[in-house]
Amino acid sequence: MSVPNGQKEKPNKILQFGNEAIAHGAREAGCYFGVAYPGTPSTEILQIFHTFPSVMAKWSPNEKVAVEVGIGANLTGSRVLCTMKHVGLNVAMDPLMTFTYTGVVAGFVLVVADDPGMHSSQNEQDSRMLAKFMKVPVLDPANSQEAHDFTKMAFEFSEKYNTPVMMRETTRIAHARGIVQLGEWAEPVRGDNMKRDIQRFVMMPNFARARHTFAEERTLKLLDFSNNWEGNELNLQSKKIGIITAGVASNYVRELLPDASYLKVGMPWPFPVEKARKLAEHCERVLVVEELEPFMEEEALIAGIKVQGKEFFPREGELDLDTVGEGLHKAGLLDAVPPPNANEPVLARPPVLCAGCPHRGIYMALKKINADVYGDIGCYTLAALPPLESVHTCFCMGASIGNAVGAALNENNPKHHRVAIIGDSTFFHSGLTGLLDAVASNANMTVVIVDNSITAMTGGQQHPGSGKDLMGEIGPKIPIEDVVTGLGVKHLIVTDTYEYDKTLELLKEAVKHEGPSVLIARRPCALFPKKIGIDPYVILDDPCSGCGNCLRIGCPAISISGRKTDRGMHIPEITADACTGCTLCQQVCKDDAIFSIAEMKKSSGEEVEA
Amino acid sequence: MSDVVNVLIVGVGGQGVVLASNILCEVALRAGYDVKKSEVHGMSQRGGVVTSHVRFGEKVYSPLISRGQSDILLGFEAAEALRFAHEVKEGGLLLSSTQKIRPPRGPQKKKAKGLQYPENALDDAKKVCHGRVVPIEAEEIANELGNSRLTNTILLGAVSTGLDISDDIWTETIKAMVPPKTIELNLAAFARGKAVVEGAEA
Ligand SMILES: Cc1ncc(C[n+]2csc(CCOP(=O)(O)OP(=O)(O)O)c2C)c(N)n1
Repeated sequence: MSVPNGQKEKPNKILQFGNEAIAHGAREAGCYFGVAYPGTPSTEILQIFHTFPSVMAKWSPNEKVAVEVGIGANLTGSRVLCTMKHVGLNVAMDPLMTFTYTGVVAGFVLVVADDPGMHSSQNEQDSRMLAKFMKVPVLDPANSQEAHDFTKMAFEFSEKYNTPVMMRETTRIAHARGIVQLGEWAEPVRGDNMKRDIQRFVMMPNFARARHTFAEERTLKLLDFSNNWEGNELNLQSKKIGIITAGVASNYVRELLPDASYLKVGMPWPFPVEKARKLAEHCERVLVVEELEPFMEEEALIAGIKVQGKEFFPREGELDLDTVGEGLHKAGLLDAVPPPNANEPVLARPPVLCAGCPHRGIYMALKKINADVYGDIGCYTLAALPPLESVHTCFCMGASIGNAVGAALNENNPKHHRVAIIGDSTFFHSGLTGLLDAVASNANMTVVIVDNSITAMTGGQQHPGSGKDLMGEIGPKIPIEDVVTGLGVKHLIVTDTYEYDKTLELLKEAVKHEGPSVLIARRPCALFPKKIGIDPYVILDDPCSGCGNCLRIGCPAISISGRKTDRGMHIPEITADACTGCTLCQQVCKDDAIFSIAEMKKSSGEEVEA
Repeated sequence: MSDVVNVLIVGVGGQGVVLASNILCEVALRAGYDVKKSEVHGMSQRGGVVTSHVRFGEKVYSPLISRGQSDILLGFEAAEALRFAHEVKEGGLLLSSTQKIRPPRGPQKKKAKGLQYPENALDDAKKVCHGRVVPIEAEEIANELGNSRLTNTILLGAVSTGLDISDDIWTETIKAMVPPKTIELNLAAFARGKAVVEGAEA
């Protein structure tokens, strides 16, 4: 049989992580258009999807735009995959709340990656609740194979029921590997022009009322479907105990209580009430084991089905075999599980700004002027940790500028400095409107845009300032300067963060300026797109006085050597194969004790002891 | 449940924990097992702790190993091996590189707990580990072989001694997963890692 659309030879069974499996599922379903804004743990889906032949994929500046772009592609008739992390869904809710009324022109699948346990997020919201709020069906896979299969089915359901479909995954699905049996690729469905239908797509009150009715009727059909779908797997065994469970949690239940009856839910909303009722009729007792919110528990209780859940299982953090085991023990169903480890804590190893990170210099300067720093989200948030400790807030993407505007207009101390610090990708994501507000209200504040020319925190994705997208160079590079001056900022300066004294001077100048000022702190990322080279420096024991200035910049290449000066001060040392030669430590060394190894060798012609 | 083999791999960002666990998973898959593995990406490139849970057996549900149930703990870094030493089950195996990676820190915060690097991490590990502890001078062996990036394969060679999977499958997988030019070196590294544990057996 011929293999369509450039699909490589079909592998038999391979190991894939959830995000890989979702990308493949979408391609097999004939999805043409992929759009997203990066966010852990969802980012890899689009990075993999865009490598397939015959598809289109792009990053948008934020999740709301991504959904709007996706809807636009869908209105022409394309199958669309739109992915984001859980907090991205908050940003994208506005178009989605109405898209659910209009319904889709072709399959539209929204993948939302929740992060229970907050491995790399600022909150641990449960997106199933937003699916219900949006009135869109939500699928909740338990492993890579289901991530693949459910994605494929999601496109089918989307078209059959005329609805966007949400695939909700969690970190332990997105980034866990399991065996997947792949299928064949369908021809991608790509639209040509808009399918005009004013009553359906112009959501003004009169037309929207009718579409709301449509959405409510659709919910009833979806409920009926959910009650009959085999992806909501009812397995009646023990009459004593039945468990309702979904997603990754179902794995822990099946491993710990193999003989229980269970309803393993693949579609938490609309919740398969009738299957739950059958389980309750069969079993003396029914428990609900689910991560985060008591979502299915409440759905069952509303339907009058007697269940217990969160009284035994935590509402916070990830579940695992131990927390589920503890809950089952509390419920009287399992022997006690071993208690958590109570050994002495071993040294802390918090994530740090990389050696050579361009963000370091600006934080050294911010620390020096002792400003209130309204922070934002990205690698640069790491400067909240010791020793820099010079970010003082972090809420959501873009919040820094609005926060600083509020503070500036409210504070009764004109001498005080307030600075918003925001990354380049975050600025494009949601900093523009905040800056507009700062200008419009003449707020006395400084915005530092840390421009490392990439979206670093999530692994180095392109953004509007990089002049590239997933598919290559399709648009111009958008200079941040143009945007800033276009928004009406009068005081704009650019600095290179590897030049500490100059950066400090320019920062002082910016904060002294009356009204809004912008300092662009520019220097490419040390990791992406390519790790910068090693150019090691060395600290000489003599003349080092052990003052610790170099240690205070928080560089992972600098640590305490164990040697001491005559006066008993700790002498630091530089790990040669980590040092990139950014020279910031040299610039703050008051003893002139730090030198480039290469230059010392050159000038003395001798071997230097590192 | 008891027929599932649990291997916990720990280290510091950038050391190659994820690559090693990928190879181990592939080996288990080729040996005909169901396989699951889980790790947290994200902070790994920024010097944080990296852990990877690998589980294989007839049928594996959970992608995470439960408390104190690791058959093998593989440490890429000594302090990290100590941090997770209690995860090894009775009769299990702790194999760890002796490499030490010290986190950066500012001038001493007086009495801050947990700041001191545990200089004798692997000796300390013996006190909390319920299984046998085998230190592996992986960095030194790799340097002897002439390529510091071989630590990965040396440690996998060590792990292979605790698993019931034939050398043929390991060899075939390594051949398929490392750059072609480095196959011979990697196979040598694998053998050296294996020999360390077998030599320590006595
Ligand atoms: C609404 C939302 N979308 C996505 C993310 C995930 N995220 C965290 S930081 C970040 C990017 C930061 O990039 P940038 O501002 O350029 O700073 P850098 O990490 O490069 O320093 C992203 C996408 C998020 N936290 N919130």
